[in-house]
Formats: sequence, structure tokens, C-alpha cells
Amino acid sequence: MKAFADLYGRLDATTSSNAKLQAMQDYFRDASAEDAAWAVYFLAGGRPRQLVPTRLLREQAMTAGHLPEWLFEESYQAVGDLAETIALLLPESHHSSEEGLATWVEDYLLPLRGLPPEELAARLPALWSRLDRQSLMVCIKLITGAFRVGVSKLLVTRALASLAGLDPKRVAQRLVGYTDLSHRPSAAGYRRLVAEESDREHAERGGQPYPFFLAHALQAPHEQFEALLGPVENWLVEWKWDGIRAQLVKRDGALWIWSRGEELVTDRFPELHALAEQLPDGTVIDGELVVWKDDRVQPFALLQQRIGRKTLSRKLLEDVPVRMLAYDLLEQAGEDWRSQPQHARRSALEALLARSPSPLLQLSPTLTGRDWQDLAAQREASRSLGVEGMMLKARDALYGVGRTKDMGVWWKWKIDPFSVDAVLIYAQRGHGRRASLYTDFTFAVWDAEPGASERTLVPFAKAYSGLTDEEMRQVDAVIRKTTVEKFGPVRSVTPTLVFELGFEGIALSKRHKSGVAVRFPRMLRWRHDKTVEDADTLATLQDLLQ
Amino acid sequence: MDLVIARPEGLYCPPGDFYIDPWRPVERSVITHGHGDHARWGNARYLAAAPGEGILRSRLGQDIDLQTLPYGATLDHHGVKLSFHPAGHVLGSAQVRLEYRGEVWVASGDYKVEADGTCAPFEPVRCHTFITESTFGLPIYRWRPQAEIFAGIDDWWRQNQAEGRASVLFAYSFGKAQRILHGIDDRIGPILVHGAVEPLNRVYREGGIRIPETHYAGDFKKSDPLLRQALVLAPPSAAGSTWMRRFGEYSDGFASGWMMLRGTRRRRGVDRGFVLSDHADWPGLLWAIEQTGAERVMVTHGSVNVLVRYLREQGLDAQGFTTEYGDEDDSDDLPGADQPGADLPGANQPGADPEPREEGP
Ligand SMILES: [Zn+2]
Ligand SMILES: [Zn+2]
Repeated sequence: MKAFADLYGRLDATTSSNAKLQAMQDYFRDASAEDAAWAVYFLAGGRPRQLVPTRLLREQAMTAGHLPEWLFEESYQAVGDLAETIALLLPESHHSSEEGLATWVEDYLLPLRGLPPEELAARLPALWSRLDRQSLMVCIKLITGAFRVGVSKLLVTRALASLAGLDPKRVAQRLVGYTDLSHRPSAAGYRRLVAEESDREHAERGGQPYPFFLAHALQAPHEQFEALLGPVENWLVEWKWDGIRAQLVKRDGALWIWSRGEELVTDRFPELHALAEQLPDGTVIDGELVVWKDDRVQPFALLQQRIGRKTLSRKLLEDVPVRMLAYDLLEQAGEDWRSQPQHARRSALEALLARSPSPLLQLSPTLTGRDWQDLAAQREASRSLGVEGMMLKARDALYGVGRTKDMGVWWKWKIDPFSVDAVLIYAQRGHGRRASLYTDFTFAVWDAEPGASERTLVPFAKAYSGLTDEEMRQVDAVIRKTTVEKFGPVRSVTPTLVFELGFEGIALSKRHKSGVAVRFPRMLRWRHDKTVEDADTLATLQDLLQ
Repeated sequence: MDLVIARPEGLYCPPGDFYIDPWRPVERSVITHGHGDHARWGNARYLAAAPGEGILRSRLGQDIDLQTLPYGATLDHHGVKLSFHPAGHVLGSAQVRLEYRGEVWVASGDYKVEADGTCAPFEPVRCHTFITESTFGLPIYRWRPQAEIFAGIDDWWRQNQAEGRASVLFAYSFGKAQRILHGIDDRIGPILVHGAVEPLNRVYREGGIRIPETHYAGDFKKSDPLLRQALVLAPPSAAGSTWMRRFGEYSDGFASGWMMLRGTRRRRGVDRGFVLSDHADWPGLLWAIEQTGAERVMVTHGSVNVLVRYLREQGLDAQGFTTEYGDEDDSDDLPGADQPGADLPGANQPGADPEPREEGP
């Protein structure tokens, strides 16, 4: 456990990708295959279901320190991380366990699931007594399913690939499904991840999808596109759909649908199962699942509602029909097409859909423009069409892995989010790295125009992202100075700060005092130039509703 | 009767007509120790424990009107018997014992219960009312024995040396820096210090404390290979300054009790956090309070509300004292998180620390 806890410490202590790569390579080089198998699982985002109720862990920490509950809460507020708080409050051991991660997970931790509380209360202290404090914290994170350390799956892939001398794409392919709840890491599984390439590998892939290629946000004004991206002819342009990114895999007579989180969602979309008949074996299509009705895409909220349902009634399937908008072809006739250029994949996709037409699977249309200016003008229609903007894909780009940029780039050119100037009225402490700063804010707008005899600030959104670290510190200092009242971790402040707040969408809401709910709010700018009186009003928000 | 009350100028003893660590200039001040927020400039008369004289004069001026008293010696003033007792915080730090008509109060100033060899160790003093600090007044703060921390610093230094990098350790320059210098293994390599640290080293040496040989870092050229072997002690305000450039590629560390938390370690952005504090941890605070036998406890700067509530639940008569020794809510602010205290008296004097606040000194 110690070795894995040390790895966690190294990863946690640095923001440098190279240092993180180095730390992972050092760990994998020395670890047994059993341990490495579990390390990959946790680092790549795998989380077993919670093994011990958090409440029980808290109680143990309180009992051990003879602490009342309020004091536990005060401690938690100061630390900002539950596992860390518990680890700091439990008695410190003078031992540290050299037993590997696999032994700990398989022999000690997994068997805890479902044990009655008395049994857990008896067993856990014996486990804790064998762990130094850092190991203890990591162990608690594994138990509560809260293990998170700043490495991407891509970085894990790179570490393994360079260690094994493999193409990272190959490793990424093998990692698909590795973190599934149904998958149990094993030494054999790890050896397969880092094994030499074999000829049979491709044939034995079953229903596995390819790692998704992800887009980067394009923020520059379109006047700079010519300089940044080159001529518009080099780009394949599409709408950016507001749905669920997915791959359709048709192999060996069966159909699989995978979401971007590499989650198998075939069951959630029964209406698409008919595609198994239509598509030839050895086909993988990348695209977007959307609710499609009246010849147009419907708001994402509808799709979300459907996903939330346990059972899919026939009525629901009729009212909220899902279609796949196809935009890329990753496999054709059993052959991996990811190293073909974008335009070739697109032509092949068009040809495939022409051969096997189905209303269930529609081509995501391409857009053309004389120049970037022209496309920018077309993009103005995004909101009325129910799309998020445009996607720009280099015509000769290969299909990369995750957010790689070395094989070509996909840009998402989103429409300007809605924005208003709002006033900060409440602040709450952040978590983790920002535990000691006030970083989570509640924003308000006025309920009447300036000059009204009486007007008040109405909260309408919470946001915590969008500021630089330096701005965070400055805002934090102002909050401490202007605090009016404290409610636990939250402070109300004398309104002095105005921010431009951006958000992706807005809808009427009865649940909110402001009458509107905004989607993905974030701080765009700190408006030093505006006073609280200058902030926007509810009327501004209501105008955005159209 | 209350022997100490809170007044706008500071903690005041009515029968004795003097202040303890006042934050506004007063006629008569009794000073617990030389940290900037406890020993302020501008009082007409100062009274302090004898071992702190060198520090106070170097920070407040050689010509202040300062009277000193050895630890344990008693002075009678308006019928108040006053004596100083070691607080184990920094060189010369003292608890102030006041006795008047059979009533005994002790004001702790800042204190630490683990003896460290750079100052007289903390001595519990029996009293009816104890005025305690509460900087680390949460149960999450529990220190490891300092020998482990020093061993950790030594290991880090050796490792960096093997990799040809300087080891830059940020630490508050009065007290913490000398404690580190006293505790580490000085045979590992050369020790360099920032200009803010050296004058205090001198005072410690003059006080008979063993501080290994140190060199002023400014005397070395960037190309000097010795730099890559060295341990460098610098105040937190030096982080990110041009002064750091001379060390080329270096590893940095930070020594503070706040390093206990992952969040503050990350926020500080150093390679290594060493959990080393000159204040009592949670068990230390509770132990010290218990040792005094006091039934009444007044809590100052730090986690005032937490400690007051906890002590009340233990059956003690506890209450908070509002002081200006640092804001409770800012106590998690790291040294260096704010502007150097240019506005504080003494900041421009030689030997004064550019960092007015340590861990809420
Ligand atoms: Zn203090
Ligand atoms: Zn102090």
C-alpha cells in the first residue's frame, strides 16, 4: 500500500505532466502485475462501488478522537476533503504496510462490502493500524470511491505505452472497458495491456469501441481564423450537436452502443437496435445521439429526462425518439480506418449510409462557406437550430485518441454563451486544492431597473470556475473583508463585486426564486469597471429566454 | 476580579495598570516574545523575559526602554506580583504569571510544548485563569516528533545534492529558521541563508544557542557549484522573487504547521511540505491547559470559537478574547500569501523580517 500511496503523493504534489509520467513509470516498473492492474484501474478513473458507508468512517474517526460531531464538521471544513479529514483524525500508526495494492484491495477491502456495521467497526481499526497516514488517506479514498488524482486516462496510457514500447493508440484501445464496474483487474489483464502486439488482437476485440477523439475549444475571433487555421477549404465543417456522443459498433451480427464515458448504453436505446440488421459486420460509426422530432433536434433536457428513466415505456419512446447523427467512420469491413484522413472517412461514411439508408441513422450534414466570415454568419443561426455552434475538422486529420493534437485537431467553435453582469452575494469555501479559499460563489441580479424606489438582489446562479488563481486570491481577500454573516461554510458578503457570467442555456424554472434556471454558468470576467448598481436585472435574463 | 481584560489597545491588567502584548502604543507594556504582532514598536516602556532582550532590541531598536527579568524572578508592581515562565515558542518567549490578592492568572503568549533546544522548554504554571492561544486549535493538527521532520529535511537535502540541485527551504526567519538550523545535520553540506535570516542567527548564537556555520547566499555567483550542494534557508516572501534566480534549478520546501493539509501544500506550490510548527498542536493545547489546573480559560487568536466550545463541553469556564494577534479566519493564510508588511513598524529596520506574520505568530 505504501508504494501506491507514495505514487499518489508524487502525482498529487506536481502539476507537471512529465513529472506525473515519470512517477507512474517508476511505480509500474517496480510493481507486480497484480498491483499494477489495480493501479491502472484506479488511475484511469475506475471506482468500485462504495465499500463502507461514509457515516461509519466518520463515526470511527469521532470515536477514536473522542470528538463531538460539530468538531468533526469544523475539521472537515478546514480540510475540505473527507478522506483526508478522517485520516487526520484517526489514531496515527507507526507502521506502514509493504503489502501490495492488489492484496489490500482484494483481500482486505473488497470483502468489507456488505458487512454489518458491528463487524466493520471491529475490523477496520485493525486495518488502519497497519497504515501510515498517507496510506490511510489513500485507502479511505479507495473505500469511499472518492479516489481521484490529477491524471488523465491519456497520461496513464502514455506511461504504459512508453514502458512497454507500444503505440499509445494500441494501449488506449486495450484500455477500453478496463474501468467498467463489471471488470475485475487481474495480473493477466495487466499483462494483456502491456503485451507485444499480436495479429489476432484485432480479430478478438468483440464489441469494443475505439477510444473517442475529443475536440478542443476554439476561442479566437473569426477574423483570426485564416491566420490560425488556414483557408476554409481545408476544413470539414458541421454543426455541433447538443446530444450524447456515442459509437455504434456492429460486429459478428450484434450491435453495441457506447457512450463517451466508454459506458455500454445499448439497452437505453432500443429503437436503434434495428440498425443491427442494416449495418454490415465490421462497422464502427462515431456520432451523436439526439432526440429528433419534427425534422429537427430537440433540447438536450429531453434526452436527459429519458436517460433518467429506469423503464422505457412505449409512450416515452414515441414521445422522445432518439436518432443517431453520424459523422465519422472508424471501422469498415472489419478494418481500422482511424489512420485514414478525415475526408476519406467522411466519403466512406456517406457511401455506407447511401447503401444502408435508415431514418434511425442520419448523416450529420456538412456546411460550406466562401470564407470564415461567411461561416461565422451561418453560425448565427445556431441557437434557432438548437445546436451549440460548429465543429471544425481538418480534412486531412487522422482520428486521434482523447485530446491528442498530434494527428490533427477537432475544434468546437461554440456560439457565445449567454452572458449577464451579476453581483456576488454569497461565497463558500472550495474543496481539495482550494479548501482554504472562498471559490464557490452565488450570483444575483436586480429585480428592478435602476432608479426604482426599492429593489433587491435576487440570486440566480452559482459558479466556481473561470477565474485565474491570482483573481481567486484577490476575490477571497475581498470576501473576508466584506463578510456580513457566516452560515457554516457559507458567508454572505456586502455586495461589491460584479462579474460577467456566461452560461450555455437558460430556461424557465418554478423552483428558483429568480424564475429562471441557467445551464453551466461560469465567470467570464471580473468587471472592475462596474459598480453593483450597474449590474443587470431579471428583465435582462427574461429577455434571453426567447 | 479579572486580572486581565481586553481593551482596544490590547490585553490590560487593571490593578497593575499595564498591557500585555498591546497592539497600540501604551505607556507600560509586558511582552511575551519578539514576533511582530506581539512585540510592537512605539510603547514607552517594555518589560520582557531576559533571554529575549537581544531579539527585542534587534527588532524594535537598541534604545527602547526595556527592563528584563530572568525566568522565575518576581517583580512587584502596584501589588501585582509578575513573573515570566518559559513558553518554548522562540528564544526569549515567556508566559506571564500575574498574582494579585491570591488570584493567579497566566497569559501564555504563543507556546509550543515540545522542547527544541533553541529556547527554554515550556513550563506549565498552575493558575486560576489561563489565557491560551489557539493557532492550531483543531484536532486535525497533531505533530510528529521533530526528530522525524528534521530527518525528512536531511533526506530531501541529500537527495537533491545527489541530483545536483540546491535545496531551498522556506521558513519564517525568526525562530523557525534557527530551530531548523539547530536540528538538521550540518555535515551534509554548506548552509546558505537569506539576508533576513542571518541577523537572527547572530542573536541566537550570542544567546548561546548552537547554530551551525551559515553563509550569506548573496555572496555566491550563480555559476558556483557549491550552490547545488547547499541547503538554503529563506523567508517565504523570497519565493518567486528575483533573489531565487541565482539557484538555477532547485527543489523547494516549506516548513510550517499548515503543511499538515494537502490543500495548503498544493496552494503553496512547493515540492515538499515539512510539518513543523512553533505552536502547540491540538493535543499540546489540551495538555497545557490541563496542566495549569485552571478552571477558567480565555482563548485568543486562532480557532477561538472551536476551542472555547470544546473546553466548555469539558466543563471548563471558557471564553474568547478578541485580540489583534491575527484574524482567526486568516489563520490558514500562509506566510507570504499577503504583501510583505511594509506598513508595520520595524519592517524597514535591519534584521526585521519581511514577513510580519508566521502561522499567526
Ligand atoms: Zn501569536
Ligand atoms: Zn509567535
